[in-house]
Amino acid sequence: MTADRAAESLLALSQQEELVDLPKDYPLSASEDEGDSDEERKHQKLLEAISSLGGKNRRKLAERSEASLKVSEFNVSSEGSGEKLVLADLLEPVKTSSSLATVKKQLNRVKSKKTLELPLNKEEVERARTPLEQEIFNLLHKNKQPVTDPLLTPVEKASLKAMSLEEAKMRRAELQRARALQSYYEARARREKKIKSKKYHRVVKKAKAKQALKEFEHLQKVDPTAALEELEKIEKARMMERMSLKHQNSGKWAKSKAIMAKYDLEARQAMQEQLAKNKELTQKLQAASESEEEEGGTEVEELVLDAVNEAQMNADGLNPWMLRSCTSDAKEGEIQEDPEQLPEPLAHNVSESEDERPVTEEEIVLKEFEKRRSLRKRSELNQDAELRGSQETKDSTSQEVLFELRTLSQKFKESHQSRKQKASSMETVPQVQREEPAPEEEEPLLLQRPERVQTLEELEELEKEGCFQNKELPRPMLEGHRLKKNPNNQTDAPKKKRKEQMIDLKNLLTTKSPSVKSLAVPTIEELEDEVERDQKQMIKEAFAGDDVIRDFLKEKREAVEASKPQDVDLTLPGWGEWGGVGLKPSAKKRRRFLIKAPEGPPRKDKNLPNVIINEKRNIHAAAHQVRVLPYPFTHYRQFERTIQTPIGSTWNTQRAFQKLTTPKIVTKAGHIIKPIKAEDVGYRSSSRSDLSIIQGNPIRLSAHHKKQLKKNSID
Amino acid sequence: MKVKMLSRNPDNYVRETKLDLQRVPRNYDPTLHPFEVPREYVRALNATKLERVFAKPFLASLDGHRDGVNCLAKHPKSLATVLSGACDGEVRIWNLTKQKCIRAIQAHEGFVRGMCTRFCGTSFFTVGDDKTVKQWKMDAPAYGEEEEPLHTILGKTVYTGIDHHWKEAVFATCGQQVDIWDEQRTSPICSMTWGFDSISSVKFNPIETFLLGSCASDRNIVLYDMRQSTPLKKVILDMRTNTICWNPMEAFIFTAANEDYNLYTFDMRALDTPVVVHKDHVSAVLDVDYSPTGKEFVSASFDKSIRIFPVDKSRSREVYHTKRMQHVICVKWTSDSKYIMCGSDEMNIRLWKANASEKLGVLTSREKAAKDYNQKLKEKFRHHPHIKRIARHRHLPKSIYSQIQEQRIMKEARRRKEINRLKHSKPGSVPVVSEKKKHVVAVVK
Repeated sequence: MTADRAAESLLALSQQEELVDLPKDYPLSASEDEGDSDEERKHQKLLEAISSLGGKNRRKLAERSEASLKVSEFNVSSEGSGEKLVLADLLEPVKTSSSLATVKKQLNRVKSKKTLELPLNKEEVERARTPLEQEIFNLLHKNKQPVTDPLLTPVEKASLKAMSLEEAKMRRAELQRARALQSYYEARARREKKIKSKKYHRVVKKAKAKQALKEFEHLQKVDPTAALEELEKIEKARMMERMSLKHQNSGKWAKSKAIMAKYDLEARQAMQEQLAKNKELTQKLQAASESEEEEGGTEVEELVLDAVNEAQMNADGLNPWMLRSCTSDAKEGEIQEDPEQLPEPLAHNVSESEDERPVTEEEIVLKEFEKRRSLRKRSELNQDAELRGSQETKDSTSQEVLFELRTLSQKFKESHQSRKQKASSMETVPQVQREEPAPEEEEPLLLQRPERVQTLEELEELEKEGCFQNKELPRPMLEGHRLKKNPNNQTDAPKKKRKEQMIDLKNLLTTKSPSVKSLAVPTIEELEDEVERDQKQMIKEAFAGDDVIRDFLKEKREAVEASKPQDVDLTLPGWGEWGGVGLKPSAKKRRRFLIKAPEGPPRKDKNLPNVIINEKRNIHAAAHQVRVLPYPFTHYRQFERTIQTPIGSTWNTQRAFQKLTTPKIVTKAGHIIKPIKAEDVGYRSSSRSDLSIIQGNPIRLSAHHKKQLKKNSID
Repeated sequence: MKVKMLSRNPDNYVRETKLDLQRVPRNYDPTLHPFEVPREYVRALNATKLERVFAKPFLASLDGHRDGVNCLAKHPKSLATVLSGACDGEVRIWNLTKQKCIRAIQAHEGFVRGMCTRFCGTSFFTVGDDKTVKQWKMDAPAYGEEEEPLHTILGKTVYTGIDHHWKEAVFATCGQQVDIWDEQRTSPICSMTWGFDSISSVKFNPIETFLLGSCASDRNIVLYDMRQSTPLKKVILDMRTNTICWNPMEAFIFTAANEDYNLYTFDMRALDTPVVVHKDHVSAVLDVDYSPTGKEFVSASFDKSIRIFPVDKSRSREVYHTKRMQHVICVKWTSDSKYIMCGSDEMNIRLWKANASEKLGVLTSREKAAKDYNQKLKEKFRHHPHIKRIARHRHLPKSIYSQIQEQRIMKEARRRKEINRLKHSKPGSVPVVSEKKKHVVAVVK
């Protein structure tokens, strides 16, 4: 009974194995193979039983995991523990009809054969769906290129076949040589790359740059269009340079140099050179900028520019032409004030939605932007932006506000990101999932974006895409929309890269802002700062052309050169040897008669980078200088001291000034000055009523004179 | 809410009366006022230039004499009164403020040779070619009164000069000899001679009033003590001295105006060497007078110019001349030291400012301060070449200018010759004589 059952179940199993792919309602039939399989099974079982009889495994009982045919009293177990129970077993009718055996046989035969080649299937694989693919396939077919297995092209095969043995050998040698050459070049490149000498690399770079310049010039003459393309490339390089932090004197090296610069001339020069290089690299080409200006005629682009400028100004950027004047700021302020009066029905929703936006790295630029609006309520602003966004008007004001909205949202994202990072670093739930329950209010805005994107600059577009992509809204409708609008962004990786580029750009624009101010800083102060900055920018703009520092350095270099003593060449051509046109005196002779000027004393301004000390006598100044030491002085220092002491009221107090300027002799008009008397000099006490002379330095009579006077009067 | 306010003590910034100057707070930090020397230099330069711009020394010309003015006298008490004697024997008394002659006396026949006022200012003495000494009242005769001298002394010889004692009623005349007279007597108290030549001028020492000096045609300057009957000592110079003048502030210093175009300042205690030799005139110096401050003196010369010398400088600081001024015979520095008068051949008395660019009239205190400051600046930077050049620059009449050039050449030639002689003679055989000593021939005691 049990054997029967087992046989039945086995049959069912085998049937199921064979008919896996077939629909269930196939009629089952007993087959001729049935008996064979049964025998095999039995044999195996027997073997198992024998092996179990004489060993340690006798006691081992399989754990029962499934309902089995046989349940022992020791343990729950199935007899055929090695096999799995299949659903078909259970569903199978207890008895199989033998009428189906023939069908089963047929099917088995079919199965034993190799799988059928599906004629259409291959076609399907190769067939190109998109027009681009079609084009590619066409090309491949035309050139007889292998589509699937690119080992050897048919042409190559043919040529191989056509070649004789010798030719093939030659060909192979050629190939070998080429390979060797290639490997040699590669090795060389690797070696060169490994060279650590900075000077070498610098030289190489310089040579390359020179070569490129030469080629460009050549190209300009030969092929103007190609030259234009090249120019664009240069422009792009400039942009990259502007984006990067290279040559900004902000690196580790530059900082160390800045410390050294105070004492080390070379370091200073190096720093200056770097700055000059930065300037050179970031200098805008005239033609390009002009064309840009022309292009920027449309209102939309102007707006974009404005927005960029605003960000720039907030960040205290260095690019002066990108600055907007304060008036525009004021204008914007008005614009922003307007929406404040509007009702705010959706404000709450929007703030919610912003909470749920994905956490992304965002521009630092907008920090300033944020600060400026810190006094306003966030909700107000958001509501305003939302309203504008939903209106979807094409007029400029709405566009501007839209831009603001965008920047604002990014800013909020940023702030949220930081907050979240602090709060939940362990949170593993993907942000995409968190976004799923996004409210319905956000939809129209998000949907409208691609349309607006088309109107804005490519730059903006890219950025927006980046934003958009980051959202990764799972809704099928939105996705479809996106796919329709942007067929290019199939993959995420490149887009992310692009997005990072955008971030870089913004970063660069803000690198110059020395300190990130807190939100608590009042707006008024900031505005004042802006005015100041504006002033500075104006000045910078006005004097953008002249590089004073470089001019000064050049001037100093020239002065140093000029002050160096000159060698004297006493060579007489033709003396002691042949002379004439094209004949130079021999090197030996020149060497002999060249009197090397002795090196002069070190310059006084050697260690003063910002000073040029000219030690030459200036005849214009000399005309005003005292040549000989004047009579009463015995040393020039005495004289200098008298000259250097100022006597004017500018440098002295009033009293000191009066004292210093009192004349030695003061006479009053209308007063008779009588001759001096002996009493006046102090010899005898007497009134000096009649002496109206006031002597500044008490009496010029010397002691000797006085004595004489005394003597005389005694006489 | 507490409002913080600035509070200041009004005493610090409110002036007490409206006549006070407003208090101006100033910061004297030298870093705030850089370039002291250059700024002051520029100020000095400007001051010097302005000085030259405003240098207009000529004030007035007093005309009325009908012959050359031979002598001048100051009134000891009144600044406005000046007396002058002409070559035609006429004496005129002038009021300087009105610039008018207030009195004219025909005092002598022939020249009025000398003239002096009494120390009290009530009378004056004149000597003339008519061998008389006359004393006149300073005040004009009353209406109907005849114009005649108080006293007249008839002498035996011609008197060429007269001076009055500064304190006593004694005066001295010179001619053949130096006579010292008592005002009350008609014969001299004492007569002193040393040599036989005519004595051109005699002067009392204003401080040591017993001393007097005279200069004679035999090139000597003789010093006398009134209390002795014999002269003290004499110095013989290269050429004749026309007149001497004592320094009113230094008792033993006098200056002699010499025929050899120079002036010599002597210390009477050491006559062998003059203290300073003043050189600038290009012709004989006829008269000299000290400023009452004793720092400067003015000299009148035959070269039609007057010069002002600092006492201690060998070069003049100023030269005055006009086109019409001829040989200047006499010169006086007024007692308030502000003006100079000179009488010349062409019958005029000219009034000059002692400081050519000085502003006349009352100065405000600020003007005075500015003047003082500028003066100090000029003094401080006087050695700087530009300032020196501007300050020294004077326009000179062609005659004087060419004379200067000529004399420079002559002097150079003489110097060269001297050097050559020195070079080509036995060392020590030709003594090197300094410029000062060169002009003194001998000192006799």
